[in-house]
Order: sequence, then C-alpha cells, then structure tokens
Amino acid sequence: MTLIDHLPVLVVILPLLTAPLCVLLDRPVAAWGAALGAAWLTFVGAALLVGQVADGGAISYQLGGWAPPWGIEYRVDTLGAYVLLIVSAMAALVLLSARESVEREIFRVNGARFYAAFLLAFAGLMGIVATGDAFNVFVFLEISSLSTYALISMGRDRRALTAAFQYLVMGTIGATFILIGIGFLYMMTGTLNMLDLAERLPEVSNTRTVRAGFAFLTVGIGLKLAMFPLHLWMPNAYTYAPSVVTAFLAATATKVAVYVLLRFILGIFGIEFGLGRMPLEYLLIPLGLMGILSASMVAIYQVEIKRLLAYSSVAQIGYIVLGVGLANTHGITAAVLHLFNHALMKGALFIALGAVAYRIGATTLDAFSGLGRRMPLTMGAIVIGGLSLIGVPGTVGFVSKWYLVLAALERGLWPIALLVLVGSVMAVVYVWKVVERAYFSQASSGSGEASEAPLMMLIPLWTLVLANIYFGLHTDLSAGLARQAATVLSGGQGERHAFAYLDSPGSAAGAAGGAGLCQAAQSA
Amino acid sequence: MFESWPALALFLGAALAGLTSGRLRAAVMLAAPLLGAYGVYQMEPGTLVGYQLLGLDLTHVRVDRLAILFGYLFHLAAFIGVVYSLHIRDRLQDVAALAYAGSAVGAVFAGDLLTLFVYWELLAITSAFLVFARRSERSLATGMRYLVMQVGSGVLLLAGAIWYAGAGNGLSFNYIGLDAPGGVLIFLAFGIKSAFPMLHGWLTDAYPEATPTGTVFLSAFTTKVAIYALARGFPGTDLLIAIGTLMACFPIFFAVVENDLRRVLAYSLINQLGFMVVGIGIGTELALNGAVAHAFNDVIFKGLLMMSMGAVLHVTGEMRGSELGGLYKKMPKTTILCMVGAASISAFPLFSGFVSKSMVVTAAVQEGHHLVWLALLFAAAGVFHHAGIKIPFFAFFAHESRYVADAHEPPRNMLIAMTIGALLCAGIGSFPAYLYALLPYDTGYSPYDVSHVLAQLQLLAFSALAFTWLKLAGIYPPELKSVHLDVDWFYRRLFPDTIRSMLSRLAPFDRAFRQWGLSMVSLAQQGLCRHHGSYGVLARAWPTGSMVIWVAVLLGLSLVLYYL
Repeated sequence: MTLIDHLPVLVVILPLLTAPLCVLLDRPVAAWGAALGAAWLTFVGAALLVGQVADGGAISYQLGGWAPPWGIEYRVDTLGAYVLLIVSAMAALVLLSARESVEREIFRVNGARFYAAFLLAFAGLMGIVATGDAFNVFVFLEISSLSTYALISMGRDRRALTAAFQYLVMGTIGATFILIGIGFLYMMTGTLNMLDLAERLPEVSNTRTVRAGFAFLTVGIGLKLAMFPLHLWMPNAYTYAPSVVTAFLAATATKVAVYVLLRFILGIFGIEFGLGRMPLEYLLIPLGLMGILSASMVAIYQVEIKRLLAYSSVAQIGYIVLGVGLANTHGITAAVLHLFNHALMKGALFIALGAVAYRIGATTLDAFSGLGRRMPLTMGAIVIGGLSLIGVPGTVGFVSKWYLVLAALERGLWPIALLVLVGSVMAVVYVWKVVERAYFSQASSGSGEASEAPLMMLIPLWTLVLANIYFGLHTDLSAGLARQAATVLSGGQGERHAFAYLDSPGSAAGAAGGAGLCQAAQSA
Repeated sequence: MFESWPALALFLGAALAGLTSGRLRAAVMLAAPLLGAYGVYQMEPGTLVGYQLLGLDLTHVRVDRLAILFGYLFHLAAFIGVVYSLHIRDRLQDVAALAYAGSAVGAVFAGDLLTLFVYWELLAITSAFLVFARRSERSLATGMRYLVMQVGSGVLLLAGAIWYAGAGNGLSFNYIGLDAPGGVLIFLAFGIKSAFPMLHGWLTDAYPEATPTGTVFLSAFTTKVAIYALARGFPGTDLLIAIGTLMACFPIFFAVVENDLRRVLAYSLINQLGFMVVGIGIGTELALNGAVAHAFNDVIFKGLLMMSMGAVLHVTGEMRGSELGGLYKKMPKTTILCMVGAASISAFPLFSGFVSKSMVVTAAVQEGHHLVWLALLFAAAGVFHHAGIKIPFFAFFAHESRYVADAHEPPRNMLIAMTIGALLCAGIGSFPAYLYALLPYDTGYSPYDVSHVLAQLQLLAFSALAFTWLKLAGIYPPELKSVHLDVDWFYRRLFPDTIRSMLSRLAPFDRAFRQWGLSMVSLAQQGLCRHHGSYGVLARAWPTGSMVIWVAVLLGLSLVLYYL
C-alpha cells in the first residue's frame, strides 16, 4: 500500500499528530509554521481524496486491517470528500491569517498551545466526516468539542471564560444525547458501522427504542448545529472567542454538524424512515423559519458586529434546517449547497472582522466608522460577503436561496418562500448597518490612524471573497456536486436511487412538476 | 460585440469612468452612449441571445421593435444627461449615472424575468447613489427610503417570477396578465416603479433631493423601464385604465400647491405616466403606440424641464418657487429652452407632447371610455397649469427675486444639452413620422388630422396659448396686470382653496388613520425591540439552566411527535 491509499486516515492523523508537536516546539511562531504546514498538507490530501472519489466512487478504509463491521471503517464518499476539502481549506486559510491575530489577541496562554488546540479541533472535525463508524463520530465530536472549549476560553475578554463554560455544558449535553442515541441503535442492531446500521435498521425501525434513539440524535445534533432554539450558547461563544477561532468555527463546526445530521437522517435511518415516517418536517420547518426570522431580527438590533454575524449564522442555519425539513430534491440540494456557501461567506466575513479587530482593536459598530476609506480592501470584502449573505445574484448566497425557494414552491408552500425572501430583506438591513457606518460616517476621533490589514490576512480574505463570486457564477460545479452528494447519501453506492431523478438535466425548472422526495423514495 | 449585449457599452463606460479622470473621463462618458446606440442600430429584430444558469435557459437579450425603441431612447437620454453633467467632477455620480443607464438598457432587452430582475435591482442600487451623491443628511435618509422601496419592488418581482415559473409558465418575459399565478406580485413590482397612486411616495420624495444633474438621469430611466415592463407584461389590463386616470389627475392638486419646483416636476412626471398607463390599459395598437411614444417624448421634455430647473438650482442654489423669479433677465437662453419644454409637456401642436398624448386620448374615445377621456382632458389642462405656466413663471418671471443680481447663464455644456432636448421636442412635434416609424405597431395615425378629438385638443391648446401670451405680455404693460392676477388667482387661490376646504374635511379622518397606523408601527417596533433588541429576551445571554430547559422541551416534543 502506498501513502495515497492511506489518505482517508492521513487527513485526520496529520493534524492530530502535529498538535503535540506544537506543544513541544513551545514557540508561537514555530508552532504556527508547523500548524500551517500540517493544515496545507491536509488540504492537499483532501483535494487528492476528492479526485479519487470522483474517479472511483466512495473509498472504504479499514483501520488496522480489521474488516468492517467488526473493525473501524473510514468511509469517504462524494459529499464527505467535499466537506473534508472545505474544512481543510478553511483551516489552511484561517491559519494563514492567524499569526498576527494570535500575537495580538492571545496573551493569557502560550500561543503554541493555541495552535495545538486549534489542530486538535481541526483533526476532530476531519475525523467526524471521514469516519464510517457511529461511535467514532462521538469520539471525534468530543475531541473537537473539548479543544474548542479551550480555544474559546483563550479570548482576550474574560467573558470568554463564561462563554466557553456554557458551551462546555451545552456541548456535553449534545454529545451525550448523541451517545445515547447511538447506544439505542447499538442496542437494537448490535453494530456501530454506519453501512451495517443502515442495513439492519429497517427490520427494527418500528420499535420505540429506535424512535427514542432518533429523537436523542436529532436533538443532540441540533444542539451542535445551533438550531433555533438550541442556539443560545453560540452568540457568546462566537463573540468572545479569538477572531481566528470564530472564523474557523463559523465556517466549519456547524457545517460538520449539518453533515452529521444528513449522514444520520439520510445515510443511516434512510430517507424513507428519517423524512418519510418520522414527522421530522413538523419540527424542522417551523424551527428553521423561526430561526431565520427571529435571529435575523436580533441581528438587526446588534451593535457588536461579531455578535451580529453570530446571530446571522443562526439564521443561515435556519435556511439549512428548512432545506432538510422541506424534504424534497431541491430542499436537500439547497441544504448541502448552503453548507458550502455559508462556509465561504461567513469564513470571509469573520476573517475580515479579525482584520478589523487587529487594526482597530474592537468590532463594535462604532469601530467601523469611516473604515471604508481607511481599510478599503477589508471593507470591500465585507460588502461582497454581505451581498452574498443577502443572496444577491452573482454570489453563492443566491444559488442556495434559489433552490430553497424552489423547494418551498414545489411543495406548494409559497408562504415559506415568501418568508425566506423576508429573511433576505432583513439581511439587507443588518448588512447595510455596517456598510453605512463604514462608508457614510466620519471616523471617530479617538480611533487613531488605522491602515489596511496586513497582507497575510488579505490573501485568505480575498481568496474566499473571490470564491464567493466564482461559485456564484459557475453554479454547475457546486449545484452538480450537491445533487451528486444527495444521490450518494440517499442510497450508498447507487443501490437505492431515491435521488435518481436528481441527475435529469434542467431539473431546476423541469422538476417543478417532479414528485416530492418521499414519494420517490417509496417508489424506489 | 455591442449588438449582442447592448448594455455593455454603458457598463464598460461606467467602469472606465471610475478609472479615468479629467478630459479622458469626459470623452469616455460621451463615447459610451454613442457606442451603445450604434450597437442598437446594428441589432436585428428577432435576435435572441441566451445562456444557461442553474439549469435554466435564460434569454439575456431579446430584440424586437419595442425594445429597440427604448434602447435608442435610453442611449439618447444618457447622452443628453452626460452632456448636461460634463462640468461636474464627481466620480461617484458619473459612474452611477452610466451604470444606471446601462441597467435600464439591459432591462428593456431582457428576455426573461430573472434577467429582468437582475437589471431591476441594479437600477435600484445605481440610482440610489445619484440621491446619495448630494451628500447631505437629508439626501442620505431620502436615498435609504428610496432604496427600500426600489429593492422591495425587486423582491416582489423575484417572488412573482418564481411563482409564475413554478406554475409551469417558464421564465420568458411576454404577456403575463393579472390572472397568471404570481401575476399580481409582478404587477405590484412594476406598479411601484411606475409610481402607481399610493405607491408613488418614493418618487416625489427622492427625485427633488438628488443632485441637479442626478435628477435628470432619474427622471429618464426608472419609471420608463417600468412603463416598458407594463407594456410588455400587462397590455389591455382594464385595471390599468382606472389606475392611469387616477395617476393623471391626482398629482395636479399636489403640484399646484407645491413650492419646490423640482417636486412640482416630479408630480407632473406621475401625471404624464398616468397617460402612458391609461394607454397600456386600453391596449389597442393605437393606445400602446401612444403610451410608448409618450414615454419617448416624456423622457425628452421632462428631461428638458428638469435640466432647466437644474440650471436654476445650479446658478442660484434655490428651488422654492416663492423665492425665485425674474431670472429671465440674466438667463434668457435657459428661459426660452424651459419654455420649449413647457410647451411640449402641455401638448402644444408642433411640440412633441402633442403628437403622442393625442394618440392616447384618441384611443380612449375610440374604445368608448368617455369618462376617462374627460378625465384625461382635465389632466391635460392641469399639466398646462402647473408645468406649462407655473414652472417657467415662478422661476423666470413673477417678482424680481434677490437672486437676479448674481444670476448668469449656466455652463455651456448645460445649455448644449438643453438645446439638444429642445430641438428634439420641436423636431418630433413637427415631423412626427420619424418617431412613428420606430413605434411597435403601424397604425397609420396622423396627429395633424382635423378630427373631432383633435379639434377639441387644439381648442384647449390654443386657449392655453392665448393665456400664456397674455401673461407674457402682461408683465410689461401695467394695464394687463389684471389678467395676470386673474390667472394668478386661478391657480394660487382657487385650486388651493378648494383643496384646502376638501382637506380640512378629510383631515380628521386622515389624521386619525395615520395616527393609528403610526401607533401600530411603533407598537410593533417596541415589541420587536423588547424581544429582539440588545437586551431583549431573544438576544441576551441566557443562564445555562434555561438553555438546558429548552433542550429538554425540544427532546420531549420530538419524542411525543415520533411516538405518535
């Protein structure tokens, strides 16, 4: 076996093993170098994985040579490979901008330990996606969560400690729920391998144990996902965490949680059970909508921009949850698309906030006064990121909202489509607040002379901004992937093609008359 | 290149104007509309340029006679506007103005609703900067209100388009009608931009607040794109006749009592739009021709009037009618050019307004809408009073104001732009065949027939002409001052008094209604703030225990749901 064959495990192990190395190096700059190297190598590995999956379908990797379902299996399919890619890309880009920001913001602990914790969180997220074993998901979830608690507590404001503690309590409850859910499934099937679970579950799916397991899993994942009203830990955590951490978490952690949700509902329980027999949509659609409207409204009133964007994240997660809840082709496509797109826009916005925090020292609305002149490139990035958040055509935000609206109309639920658009208008308001302050008001006198952000922040920032536009224009790439991913998720390797009609050409308009997902799944 | 994407020239010009400065920028600004117009000239009716997005077949450019007419019109308006604003050194305005014109051109050539939506929103955003460009607190606030309405219109359009396409109608932009699914939403979206009554607030609010040059651009594009869209999507909709008649009549009352002369013009813009909307509502070939031709003429003569008022504003810095006056002594050329515009908007024979307005009026009679015809006659007379007499009179004649001493003719480029407009007004009015050849239908209509309607219209026009002559003459010989005062009284006392007495009766209801609305809004706002504001229940940091309660609630809820 060559090194290439070990890629599925390498992308997890590489950051995992570099973490202790960072502690040993003990000097922040050296640790930064090591972490950056590891992240970029992992990114290359993930890119290679995407290529492999595209050529030969899903990859199964047996850990230690033990055959599944007894041994632990790593399994990377199309969606998994792309989530790995985006997580590693975000880690690589965020780390690029991290050195200066960490020097400025982290002084209570050694910077080297920060990078160690960062890599552990990164490894945990990669592991969650790569693994094909349900219990392993829990293990990696804990790895990433524990290191995240540490990362958040490193914020320069002492309120970061409370925020981290609250997140610790809530995150642990979430992880415990997930563990209980997995335990129930194990009780009924005697297996932890995801594929094996998917095969055995239909026989016992009518038992209360499985249903209780389903409930624990959805609520537990909902907590990690920051689904309304389980999002309460998130605004504080995002606000008080160091800028780098916020950028990384906002772009990846909740996205991986979405991936886990899709994995469990579609991959393990199967569409028929997860979205058909269980009335999940009665939970997800209202909660998604409430999340969109309520969190956007809260965001409008915020004066701390980090917090504003945190609430906007709750709203964006509402869109994803709504997409899953609508339970048809376009809905799932929208959810998967928004998973990527939201990572792109929020990654860009939070890195920009990091740059503002680095130069101005604060991210309150007042700090933005007159920034349009003093930091034109950073503010330009915020404007484009904001447009994407609103969903202006030509940016990625439009593509996912388009599919979401289509999904709602396909179900005949036009009030939902209308509410989604109302959400967009609310996004206009809170984005405009920042833009107006930056471009149409004079700089406050006390803020001194701020100049443009350092180059090492601008490069990752504008990479993400351009990605926002590129993928907003070349939609076949992302939309095609989302469809493909949905196909694979729904039925493993083309065995049960519940999503088969997804691949039919011109589905966006053509599938207007297409049947809902549930019917398709039943007929398949 | 420019014939496959007509808006390209203007957008390219906008981009280049952002990078260049000085004379080079002036050259770019002048070349862009000319190049674009040449592109339109090269176009073949029936051409379709499509592309694929998200698996949808979109038609980016659809060429037909209607689109070509508006294509010429917008390039012409952009050119006049550019000439008019050549003396300005303001990158923001230049870029915004060209991009705004480009969006308008893009919108009229859009062959599908999604492309239309993109240009629709671009129109909103680019034009808002012309309001912002005045750079005052007030224009910022006005610009925001304007932007909210315009973007709101776009959102309605998008929602309607998706609904319409979702019902299997496809996205292509042809006849829609109110009965189509989503049709009402699209209708409302168009209605906001064409300033339907009750939806018109943004227009009279924002246009007078823009820069002197910005208003010239504003009055040309947004509303005409909306008229185009209505003519394409809703011809022959009966509701439009009623709406248009109302639009033609109600602004007259406001225009008469309004003091800000550019706001008077904004009201008269709505009034002129009313004629077009009526024409679209009647929907016969003659009426549609009339509506489109009137849109064409309105851009030119309203632009001319706006330009002359802009020149006054530029020279004096004042726009209140009560403060202005007597400027004809120092600004004779501007005065004459303004009079040409006033004659055109009042539909004097041999001026452009006459050859198009009469088509709509004739069509109304032909289709038997006699009440509408009467209302339109009233509206035409009203236009004459507030736009034909009031504008030039207050600005250039009336009493001698304190501005006369320092007044002078505006910069030469402004005069050239106004002269182009004035020549077009007179030219189209005298030789309407050239304009008629461009219209979408061939109706063989001739405005200079001695038909019944024309006789009446001419009667009206000539009586108006007599009034004007008396008034012009009345300034010098003292014995004719009574006439002047009579006329003065007519529109300074009678109209306002009538309106005031009407208003005083309606006011209590109106006030109560408004107050109720305001209190509802502020109640809602307070409620929202209480729950969503910084310390609201939904925004503040929660104790961990309460978070856990939510988890428990949700778990219980899902367990119950799943067990059922």
